[in-house]
Amino acid sequence: MGEERRVLTGEHFLTGDHACAEGGMAAGCMFFGGYPITPSTEIAERMSLRLPEVGGIFIQMEDEMASMNSILGAAWGGWKSMTCTSGPGFSLMMENLGLGIVLETPTVLVNIQRGGPSTGLPTLSGQADMMQAKWGSHGDYEIIALAPNSPQEIFDHTIKAFNLAEQYRTPVLVMSDESVGHMTEKVIIPPREELKLVPRNYTKKKPGEYLPFECGEDEIPEMVKAGDGYKIHITGLTHDKRGYPDISAEAQDWMVRHLMNKIQKNKKKIIEVERINMDDAEVVVVSYGISSRVAHRGMDLARKTGVKVGMLRLITVWPFPDYMIKELAERVKAFVTVELNFGQIALEVERYVAGKAKCYLVPHAGGDVHKPEDIAEAIKEAAK
Amino acid sequence: MKYWRKPLDADTIKVPHGRIYVVKEQCKGCGFCVEYCPKDVLELSQEFNKKGYHSPVAVREEDCVSCGLCELICPDFAIYAELIEEDETTEETPNKTDKTEKAEV
Amino acid sequence: MNKPAAHLETAIVEQDTHPMADLLRMDRMPHIWCSGCGLGTGLTCFIMALKETGIPEDKVAVVSGIGCTGRVAGYLNLDSFHTTHGRGIPFATGLALANPDLRVVVYSGDGDLVAIGGNHFIHSARRNMDLMVVCVNNFTYGMTGGQAGPTTPISAKASTAPYGSYDYPFNIPYLAIASGATYVARWTSLHMRRLKNSMREALPKKGFRVIEIICPCPTAFARKNRLGSGLDLMKHYHDNSIIKHGADPREADIDMNGKVVCGTFLDIERPTFRDFQTENIAKQLGGE
Ligand SMILES: Cc1ncc(C[n+]2csc(CCOP(=O)(O)OP(=O)(O)O)c2C)c(N)n1
Ligand code: SF4
Ligand code: SF4
Ligand code: SF4
Ligand SMILES: [Mg+2]
Repeated sequence: MGEERRVLTGEHFLTGDHACAEGGMAAGCMFFGGYPITPSTEIAERMSLRLPEVGGIFIQMEDEMASMNSILGAAWGGWKSMTCTSGPGFSLMMENLGLGIVLETPTVLVNIQRGGPSTGLPTLSGQADMMQAKWGSHGDYEIIALAPNSPQEIFDHTIKAFNLAEQYRTPVLVMSDESVGHMTEKVIIPPREELKLVPRNYTKKKPGEYLPFECGEDEIPEMVKAGDGYKIHITGLTHDKRGYPDISAEAQDWMVRHLMNKIQKNKKKIIEVERINMDDAEVVVVSYGISSRVAHRGMDLARKTGVKVGMLRLITVWPFPDYMIKELAERVKAFVTVELNFGQIALEVERYVAGKAKCYLVPHAGGDVHKPEDIAEAIKEAAK
Repeated sequence: MKYWRKPLDADTIKVPHGRIYVVKEQCKGCGFCVEYCPKDVLELSQEFNKKGYHSPVAVREEDCVSCGLCELICPDFAIYAELIEEDETTEETPNKTDKTEKAEV
Repeated sequence: MNKPAAHLETAIVEQDTHPMADLLRMDRMPHIWCSGCGLGTGLTCFIMALKETGIPEDKVAVVSGIGCTGRVAGYLNLDSFHTTHGRGIPFATGLALANPDLRVVVYSGDGDLVAIGGNHFIHSARRNMDLMVVCVNNFTYGMTGGQAGPTTPISAKASTAPYGSYDYPFNIPYLAIASGATYVARWTSLHMRRLKNSMREALPKKGFRVIEIICPCPTAFARKNRLGSGLDLMKHYHDNSIIKHGADPREADIDMNGKVVCGTFLDIERPTFRDFQTENIAKQLGGE
């Protein structure tokens, strides 16, 4: 046993949850701290089987606050780390997602969304944590969140999430859903040498020269790990470039702007979308995750009746592709947002359309997916 | 008479002597060092430091046995002793036990 | 008490000459702790203990939660992490597991470790995680102004217990031992040498080690209970603590006016989380 078990190259039939775990493995994850919760548990189970094969550590923590903190600690210990959760577990992780953001810690948190609020629908799908992902921890921050729509994509996106975490020194969310987590499909795991992995950006500076939050134009600080002689201090308090607490409006302004800019300045590099039938589109469907698959069928149905409809599928949901929406709003008639909630990403769409086109929402409380016919109807309505 | 780095001699009793250093501006005048110095070397000065605290002065520095207790008990990293010499003596053994022991219960 | 040492002026020196300056972030001194607060004394003991162990400085990491005690991480010139309230232990868990060359110390307050972080504390003890936990017990929430906490003695007043606290407190050594810790000691901040020795003894050990420091908080705890200054509290410890190594932890409850039982309650060995797992998983995977 050892590193040869890390990447299970080949063609597999995997659930989304298992594909996610394999993505973590392939990305070089060495540490998983988690707490069981449906429908994400299978990720933890698979990691408990797989990590020991490569010398990594799986630990079932006592709750989600502990899980989130353990992966932050592991990252500062020098390992790639991840956790997964759903529903109420995501709420419990919010406190220390904030810590991860402020400490600028590379790590990955996967949310296999289920229906809420509260215990809600443990075994059924939902997409109603999308705003929580962006705003759920207190204070201002920017986050990176991906929304895969198939087991293959959750494999790919988990690797991508690890890469983005290293590139931008920040926690990255994979905001999937029960439907994708529990669906079984073909997943191709490429040969190890074909994987594009981003290694940790360890500083070349010497102890004494290195400051844990110093960065250049790109706003991305370099990393070290504990035990290498840098004697770093990092704190969840508002801090300066040295990592020392600085409780002042000036320090707060610098730090929060830096955290926001790090993502905002680089968003064109981060954001990925899929454009379908967009060349002649007069109506744009905006969707992501499982909803984007149903919306695709709704779009096809509407196209058959002659509506010029295209789709902007969000692969990166956060940072939100505001500039794309603004640009489209200048030339299309309407936007139709399809998501398993009562209008979360739809609010972002409206915000950037800013009255320049009509905006429609096809809401759904979760527990099931939309009916493609309902989406087609909404598209037709929007095209009028 | 200086006995710098004089090798230990089991037959004679050595009395260590210390020199006291105070980081005046860091002291918060709690009085721990004054109260627990086993040789009553220290007193709080009449003067204030910049933060308004009375820092200690070694009023009987010649009695300091460099036991290190003041350094250990100071919560503010504001005082320490340095061993400067060890006298040979036949006096009753001044050691670190009397008040130190009392201080430490 | 009046003969001034005329022949020598007391030497006033700069902070960086202090023998512990290398292990402190002197650029952050003076620290925020109040006059007469015992936190600094405990920290001195820790630094001395660390020096005496000879463990290389860059192989020690300190993790704190939030509170007056939680500020320890910010003053030590070591790899140090100031996390969120109560979460020092799980953060340290990840750190220690990812980097087994590190000696990881969690240094935090009673509220942090056994109230909001209580679940982490007992589970980490259960797992026998490789962590040394220093719990400074000042019987209150110092940082937030003296509210009652999980160790506030019965009848003691606190800002959220104006009629006195009638809420049974934890006995930390008992809690630690019942949960599975392998080294458990308690000292007051007046027991500097013994505390330091305990820390020196516990630092190189493996497993979940807990050292409780009973510590004066003149500002928040003593004032509300009319117990006087930090020095008065030190005198109180002097008069009221008894050393009893190997004592039954059930006898270590702390009352407002009773005795404080100090000493090493437990010092045993059992496989740590990492050793236990690696050994048994290796057997099953047929690995080396
Ligand atoms: C989640 C959360 N709840 C509450 C607080 C406010 N808070 C800060 S420190 C503290 C108590 C600290 O008490 P203790 O751990 O005993 O440390 P001490 O200040 O007494 O050393 C509290 C409640 C917080 N920072 N975070
Ligand atoms: S070193 Fe000992 S004897 Fe000298 S002043 Fe300090 S406590 Fe007193
Ligand atoms: S113990 Fe330290 S802070 Fe207190 S009076 Fe002495 S030197 Fe000052
Ligand atoms: S409030 Fe209490 S615990 Fe906090 S620094 Fe002051 S004396 Fe110490
Ligand atoms: Mg406290």
